[in-house]
Amino acid sequence: MEILSYLIPISLILGGLGLAGFFWMVKARQFDDPEGDANRILSDEFDDKPKS
Amino acid sequence: MSDLSADSLSQGGASACPACAAAPLAESLGSRDVRGGVVLSLPKIHCAACISGVERLLHETPGVRAARVNLTLKRAQVEIEEGVTSAEALTARLTEAGFEAYELDPGQLGNAEAERPARELLMRLAVAGFAMMNIMLLSVAVWSGAEAATRDMFHWISAAIAIPAVGFCGQPFFVSAWAALRGGRLNMDVPISLAILLAVGMSLYETANSGAHAYFDAAVSLTFFLLAGRYLDFRTRASARSAAQELAALEVPRATKLVGGAEVQTAISELSVGDLIRVTPGARIPTDGVITEGVSELDRSLLTGETLPVQAHPDTVVSAGEMNLTGVLTLRVTAAGEDSSLHRMAELVAVAENARSRYTSLADKAAALYAPGVHILAAVTGLGWLLYSSDLRLSLNIASAVLIITCPCALGLAVPAVVTAASGRLFRRGLLIKSGTALERLAEVDTVVFDKTGTLTLGQPVLQNAHAIPADTMGLAANLARGSAHPLAQALAAHAPSADTPGLEEIREVPGYGIEARWQDQPVRLGRADWVGAEARDVTATWLRTGQQAPVAFEFADALRPGAAEAVEALRVRGLGIKLLSGDAPAPVAQIAADLGITEWQAGCRPEDKAAEITALSEAGHRVLMVGDGLNDTAALTAAHVSISPASALDAARVASDVVLLGKDLAPLGDAFETARKSTRLIRQNFSISTVYNVIAVPLAIAGLATPLAAALAMSLSSISVSLNALRVR
Repeated sequence: MEILSYLIPISLILGGLGLAGFFWMVKARQFDDPEGDANRILSDEFDDKPKS
Repeated sequence: MSDLSADSLSQGGASACPACAAAPLAESLGSRDVRGGVVLSLPKIHCAACISGVERLLHETPGVRAARVNLTLKRAQVEIEEGVTSAEALTARLTEAGFEAYELDPGQLGNAEAERPARELLMRLAVAGFAMMNIMLLSVAVWSGAEAATRDMFHWISAAIAIPAVGFCGQPFFVSAWAALRGGRLNMDVPISLAILLAVGMSLYETANSGAHAYFDAAVSLTFFLLAGRYLDFRTRASARSAAQELAALEVPRATKLVGGAEVQTAISELSVGDLIRVTPGARIPTDGVITEGVSELDRSLLTGETLPVQAHPDTVVSAGEMNLTGVLTLRVTAAGEDSSLHRMAELVAVAENARSRYTSLADKAAALYAPGVHILAAVTGLGWLLYSSDLRLSLNIASAVLIITCPCALGLAVPAVVTAASGRLFRRGLLIKSGTALERLAEVDTVVFDKTGTLTLGQPVLQNAHAIPADTMGLAANLARGSAHPLAQALAAHAPSADTPGLEEIREVPGYGIEARWQDQPVRLGRADWVGAEARDVTATWLRTGQQAPVAFEFADALRPGAAEAVEALRVRGLGIKLLSGDAPAPVAQIAADLGITEWQAGCRPEDKAAEITALSEAGHRVLMVGDGLNDTAALTAAHVSISPASALDAARVASDVVLLGKDLAPLGDAFETARKSTRLIRQNFSISTVYNVIAVPLAIAGLATPLAAALAMSLSSISVSLNALRVR
């Protein structure tokens, strides 16, 4: 059962990382234009890196 | 590789202006944080090629610092250097390149502040989801048999996650419940908040005493499901609001003011009484005023419903909203802003608005039944157990279990899920639902009242007697008419677009009267009956006279809106009464009524008459749907049980209506009815479904047999079945 003392914190930390990532995405306005972003990957104008 | 993007930019552009090749500028192309400046509406864009096309074109325009297209909102945000380029220049350029573009008034669009509640709700939803999953993970271990110290540890970890999560995510409910309690009312959020807080409090107490049952998972999943409902509700409303704002923002409120003889562009809100303004042909008159200079004709159809243009000359009194047709006019402002006739109309609307707000939605009715019932049930259960067992802890436990299980999780989703699905469906069909209860009210309607001009008709004249006119006369008239902005002239020109009459000289428009020219050494005139020398009739007509020959009449009628016949037929098939109320003269109204098979019609209605007629119908027990577009319909739109206006309607009319028809076609009206009735049926079904779950689970809870597992199952199952049922509306 000692394994639990590792696994539970690990699961919480991983989940927390996902949550933090989601917060950052909302803050960075990545959900403002879902349709536009879905279409922009088809444009070959800035293939090498995302624009700023 | 910023060089590459700069390269591809300058290759793609036909005009290789030096600014485009500059890397820093190319960098800002497509950057997310383009703020402020000009907002353009691009209603027709739909793919990746459109995005890059528009952005490239904008970026090649000198004076544009940055541009970003938002495909979801079908808008572009452009940062420009003032003086180098302007919003008009950009829209002209885009339209020329095949991207339909309109300038939007950023002031009307609402700022980023308006998006914050949605973003906050989404954050809370994410936190609740995260907490729910982690606690469920631990709870499953407890349900499958963890005991003693392990169980207590799991409960403590759950508590450590649940308490901050509930404290953060539950705030919208706590705030609203507290506001209701302070106002001495009960709303749906009161039992919700009580259930969440009791569940957490009781579980904490149980955990501290090594109890077997903790409801942390129930508290958090309750919050999660309810937040999901709240978020759906909010998003539906926000997207409808932003689309409505966009319609309003299309009319950029500007006027041309004369200052010492020079023309200056100013905002309408900055005009004051006594200012001189200039109105060009084809423009709408921005304020009330008196004409000081110029002769023209005015289209008053949006204000009165009349289709016949009215002659205007110095000293004619004009009102805001009228359209100037033929000549340049100079007006002296007599009433601006708040005092204008637009505002007086708004007062009529305010009176009617009070009557409307008395409508209670299905959700409110359910909450009014539900909230007291739940509290009474929990209190009676707790008291009963206290009397039976004299064990305070056990009684409190059972009372909280009753509250948790009856908590209106599914009820919170029942309405928003259906309304979201139905609004989405109708939006794709070209109907924008502005009010949350519009669908419910639409489903109850039994009488439909239509306005004529601009609603059943397009407000555009169409030549009626073309077959009776010789081809050369037709060609002559079309050629004369070609240069004029007058709607009758444009209809004539459109009728014979390729006509060519050689030898037509000295074509000259006489504002307010018509067009004259010389042809084969004879004077020709096209215009008003009295000016040409003909007998005026009561149909809309323009006259052509060549030399001393008898004048020829070109008769016009207002063209029916596409889909008008289908819409009227669809409504009649569904057993609804149909009426036509118009401010226009009897002859054209009778004509339209006959075309559409409407037997009940009234002509020459003033705005007050329309509103009074609708009030009379409502008092006779009818539920009235009003469909109208003009300023003269605004009071009627507000007085009706529910109202619809086309997108071409005046701003005031759109604000007063619950549903806006986005396209030209009226046919979606029948579909709107079908969807409204179906969604109301589904909302009722959803209430029944959640009641069934309660009927099964509540006796268990009252009997003290409810476990956290049973609560979790009942809650998830009812929420999921309600959401799935809502999807059937599509």
